[in-house]
Amino acid sequence: MVQKRRVISISLTALTVLLFLLAMFPFFVVIINSAKESLEIIVNPLSMPKQWSQMWENVKEIWNNPSIRYPSSVMSSAIITIGSLTAISLFSAMAAWMLVRTKSRTSTFLFLLFLSGLIIPFQVVMFPLVELFRIIREVTGIPMLRTYHGIILAYIGFGAPLSVFMFHGFIKSIPLEIEEAATIDGCSKLQTFFCIIVPILKPIFMTIIILNGIWIWNDFLLPSLVLGVGQDIQTIPLAIRAFAGSFLKKWDLIMTAVMMAAIPIVVMFLFVQKHIIKGMVSGSIK
Amino acid sequence: MSKKIKDKILFWSFLAPALFSFVLVVVVTFFMGVYYSMTDWTAIAGVEPQWVGLKNYMNMFADIAFQYSFIRTFLFTILSCVIINMVALCLAFLVIREIPLKNFYRAGFFIPNLIGGLVLGYIWQFIFKNIVPAIGGLLGIEAIENLLILAYPNLTLFGLIFAFTWQYAGYIMMIYIAALLNVPQELTEASEIDGANFWQKLWNVTFPMIAQAFTITSFLTLVNSFKQFDIIVALTNGGPADIYKGVVVNSTELLAVHIYDVAFKFNNMAQGQAMAIVFFLVLSGFSLAQVYYNKKREVEM
Repeated sequence: MVQKRRVISISLTALTVLLFLLAMFPFFVVIINSAKESLEIIVNPLSMPKQWSQMWENVKEIWNNPSIRYPSSVMSSAIITIGSLTAISLFSAMAAWMLVRTKSRTSTFLFLLFLSGLIIPFQVVMFPLVELFRIIREVTGIPMLRTYHGIILAYIGFGAPLSVFMFHGFIKSIPLEIEEAATIDGCSKLQTFFCIIVPILKPIFMTIIILNGIWIWNDFLLPSLVLGVGQDIQTIPLAIRAFAGSFLKKWDLIMTAVMMAAIPIVVMFLFVQKHIIKGMVSGSIK
Repeated sequence: MSKKIKDKILFWSFLAPALFSFVLVVVVTFFMGVYYSMTDWTAIAGVEPQWVGLKNYMNMFADIAFQYSFIRTFLFTILSCVIINMVALCLAFLVIREIPLKNFYRAGFFIPNLIGGLVLGYIWQFIFKNIVPAIGGLLGIEAIENLLILAYPNLTLFGLIFAFTWQYAGYIMMIYIAALLNVPQELTEASEIDGANFWQKLWNVTFPMIAQAFTITSFLTLVNSFKQFDIIVALTNGGPADIYKGVVVNSTELLAVHIYDVAFKFNNMAQGQAMAIVFFLVLSGFSLAQVYYNKKREVEM
């Protein structure tokens, strides 16, 4: 019996290792093939690269490639992601706090309005969104398409429902006495929010930043509509699309581009791994 | 200023930024979309859309490519939902055991989730086109060496599901792990003392205890499979062609891609918008029913 259990246990561990290797295999494929020349890949995409220094050549080529514009694309992706995350988390927390602490019909209605946004898929509103941005420009003269503020506004709108919902759930569990004590001590509402509530909300801020961050950084459809493929401001997925669309057979460079696109977020993950996993799981359960 | 007015100003100023963006980007556009779907909207500046009633909806249901896309999307959604959840659950059971490096394995299974669908699609296109034949050559199996996965409609659909599983199962696994860790040890031990075997323990103790996680994971996989766009665009771009009711159709052009193509490739914005509305109705009906059904099971247990 004990013998049998040990056999089972060892074979399950072996299976785990095997599946792990299988899961890592695509990364391995990307890495070895971004250190090859085109011809080398055609001959054998599974072989180890002849010269690892070729990777450096490929990286340089992608770095300077006119359709990828790697440094500027990373920068644009970072501006859009950080800008949207800051706005989404701050504005949603403010809104959720007011909605929890104000008991009125208006506040219930507004909360339900935000909730209804949870079931609206992007596909239903994407064409009208482009049209709306064009109308805004016609009427007010403020350009919205192909701008940072336009796409960030769009992300706030799409990110708000889930974030407001999650903050709402958490703020409900904060005892009102804490805020009352702050008011008696002479805190204004603003001070109460920023000095008392925001610090308590820290774990939810983490969750919201991580969930939305992974979505926004990797998103393709929304930026392809609001920014357009091959325009001045392009995010990393748009850059990959612009490049891989035009050089469909240059797998050596596509693999290098893919690797360089994955590096920022994988490095980020390795640094804050614990928070990411905790944040994504608690986000799903809420 | 009276306190009441001051409170009102404060209320609206705290709500304004989130509410303004949300209403503008989601609510206003939603109603615009409903309206456009009943017009001959072309999105050309300066051309006023004309009211056509339900014509776009009628055309859509008569459209064979749309019918085909609908069926394929259902197939894809159900298969991915089942496969991803099964894989994720198995992975969760494997890495929840007390083995060395278990956190390392968990992180490894999770990492593909960080790679965006578009980037991931190109990786898998390369694997299916170049790596799979190379593996066949290495093993000396001619059938694999000559296997063009992306040339057959059904194989391509499985390719998509495979790539999507690679991306998503690790995330779903994390949710299962969190749920499994919450199952009280005493319960499984008690059932063991009562003589339950492994399967009985699993079916009668563990599964009911993680019913809530099932609701969440099936909701997430369902919605995300149904809305799949990025992976398809990069991996197959809708192809290969298939024949359905005598019409040539794109075999992996699932609804989200089909909507996009109808609007932009065929320049039929109003028709695309009408499809998007149906897409929304089906998705919300589908997912609400699923949550309702699973919630009911949770309570019963």
